[in-house]
Amino acid sequence: MIQHIVLYPILVQLFFAIVLLFFWNSVKAQKSISIFGNIVALIVSVWLFITIWQEGTLTIQTGNWEAPFGITFVADTFAATLVLLTAISGFAVSIFSVGTILRARLKFGFLPILHFLLLGLNGAFLTGDIFNLYVWFEIIIISSFVLITIGGEKKQLEGAIKYFTLNILASMIFLTAIAVLYGLAGTLNMADLAIKVAEIENRGLVEITAILFFIGFGIKAGLFPLYFWLPASYHTPPPAVMAIFGGLLTKVGVYALIRVFTVIFVGEDFLELIILSVAGLTLVSGGIGALVHNNIVKVFSYLIICHIGYMILGLGLYTEAAIAGAIFYLIHDIVVKTNLFMMSGLIYRIKGTFSMRDLGGLYNNNPLLSLIMIIPLMSLVGIPPLSGFWPKLALITESFNANNYWLIGAVLFATFITLFVIARLWTEVFWKEGPKLKRIANFRYFSLLSKHQKRQMIVPIVFLAFISLYIGFGAEHIQRLSIRIAQELLDNQAYINAVLKP
Amino acid sequence: MKTIILKTASDYLLPLLLLFSVFILLRGHYLPGGGFVGGLIASIAFVLHAFANGLEETKHLLRIHPGYLMPVGLIIAFIAAISPIFISNLPFMTGEWFADPLPVIGMVGSALFFDTGVYIVVVGVSLTIIFTITESA
Amino acid sequence: MEFLLAVVTGLLYAAGLYMMLRRSLVKLIIGLILIGNGANILIFLLGRITKGLPPIIPEESKVFIEAYADPVPQALILTAIVISFGLQSFAIVLIKRAFKVVRTDDLDQMNSIDPYS
Repeated sequence: MIQHIVLYPILVQLFFAIVLLFFWNSVKAQKSISIFGNIVALIVSVWLFITIWQEGTLTIQTGNWEAPFGITFVADTFAATLVLLTAISGFAVSIFSVGTILRARLKFGFLPILHFLLLGLNGAFLTGDIFNLYVWFEIIIISSFVLITIGGEKKQLEGAIKYFTLNILASMIFLTAIAVLYGLAGTLNMADLAIKVAEIENRGLVEITAILFFIGFGIKAGLFPLYFWLPASYHTPPPAVMAIFGGLLTKVGVYALIRVFTVIFVGEDFLELIILSVAGLTLVSGGIGALVHNNIVKVFSYLIICHIGYMILGLGLYTEAAIAGAIFYLIHDIVVKTNLFMMSGLIYRIKGTFSMRDLGGLYNNNPLLSLIMIIPLMSLVGIPPLSGFWPKLALITESFNANNYWLIGAVLFATFITLFVIARLWTEVFWKEGPKLKRIANFRYFSLLSKHQKRQMIVPIVFLAFISLYIGFGAEHIQRLSIRIAQELLDNQAYINAVLKP
Repeated sequence: MKTIILKTASDYLLPLLLLFSVFILLRGHYLPGGGFVGGLIASIAFVLHAFANGLEETKHLLRIHPGYLMPVGLIIAFIAAISPIFISNLPFMTGEWFADPLPVIGMVGSALFFDTGVYIVVVGVSLTIIFTITESA
Repeated sequence: MEFLLAVVTGLLYAAGLYMMLRRSLVKLIIGLILIGNGANILIFLLGRITKGLPPIIPEESKVFIEAYADPVPQALILTAIVISFGLQSFAIVLIKRAFKVVRTDDLDQMNSIDPYS
């Protein structure tokens, strides 16, 4: 049965997480196993992606129970793409964390938990059952709680409490929404829900349920009025954790929003209005937040929020080109944001601070590293022909076609702010003559690291920078992929047929 | 809380509760019960022992740290869950059954091994949580 | 019965939100627990309550003849309870650690990392 391959990304991560638990006491063995595991996961994800690209959507019914009764796993092109991106970022982050995370943290099971987190992400992308999605979300947040608190510094614990509270609240809202939806439709399978929800007469109740889902996922994705936990907590854990959080965790919320609002709740005008206004406000408020901060990690945190707006905007416009733009942006954003946070970790290792005021002179001291770091920065801004440019173009064109000039204003505003912020960051951190910093005693400066450790920090950054370059220069391929995903998402009948009539 | 009554009672209760938890585990397939409940009962047995005799005694009784039970249970459950893929090319977590029932236990299949794995994981997790909270008090 | 459960659900959500809006960390956790229980009862309620009719097909027939209790909500609630058990034990350890490090359980005092810098 070729369908088994749908579950392999999940099973591989689970297997390596268990193996890592067996080596709890041997940090050295854990390091090699973790990197090896992520290489295997990467191979399996590429395999899955190629299979899906050739064969179309695959589904598997776990436990061999037929579709609406058992738990279904569905790999369409969207899910397979995100699993592949998870594997890419996971691979980069595992090398980076092997190189940078302190031994004391690794001893408390950092690497197994990282694999459980990747397991949860893969599961969330592949599942076709709404309650199962909730379970995967819980696996993700429990592992992320451990990752954010591991080490137990004061700032980490303070950030963790905010992160913890709002994420649990989001899960509870999500659970409430599932309860109401089950009461309305009597099923949990997403394809079956799509049929049953469309038949419900009482549209008001359906809209309320949709709003509950929107709030639940919105908190996780970091949308406009609900994002305050994100900048308060993302800058506290070590950079490797920030990278996986910034690159992937908010994107799961976006994925869930896109999935739920293209399969289950389709064609409510009222929702379109809400999604579009939230998207515009997210773009503007995230951008303004990024302007006022001086700590580079906080600036990046606000940029995450700002850029979530683009993806939600594409969802709100709900045309093929707009959704393709949102998907393209999602692909670009996962790679670039992961890289940005790893980069800030590297800068911290070199200089010992995150503050833009104290940083400086990086270009003079490390010209080669700076040239590598400019790639993700410029991709983020979207200087053509780098990767951020193409999806923004698509989104602006589609807003024009929808005659929505407020949205164009918001998109352009966010783009200019990103440009301004990155330009400021470049001048302050790289070009400015650096002020003399006091050397911190016992700090593992980058120059003091062994060649091996240096390589462990630089290789993942170069790897992701190359992927960013590919997304930019091979935009044609990514565009074809995004359009295919958008077509699949808009045609929810195909999804239903793939699940219910295999 | 070291009273002589509880201490004596817990010595008798520990094996009884453990036996009962195995009973619950084994009847779980068609009747109420199963790995999760059984695991909780087993961990309650150890918690009761810890109440009566102190944490150190219980740790001595267990010999290994309960955290080590987690990967063991997980790998058992994992193998049981993936076995149908390799044995009969059926989806993940499909039940595989031996043809003939065993005496006392009854029908044996991959579900039993999965449940056993869950049982061990639950004992490991709940004891680790309770020991950690008690120790840091 | 439905009416009573609806009232209980509402009360649990209200009490949970109220507790979450207090400043104390412990009350925050209690609030989260209450909301979780409210959600569980809501699932139970919306799964349509049927009394004394287990979902078992009698031996002489092949399909359900009369209304039966839906087993899915029970499975959902069990899963949700297990998950919230894990989360709550984590939360308790977390607030204990946080209290030891920050020396306060007032959430307003836990903002040392957030001044504009």
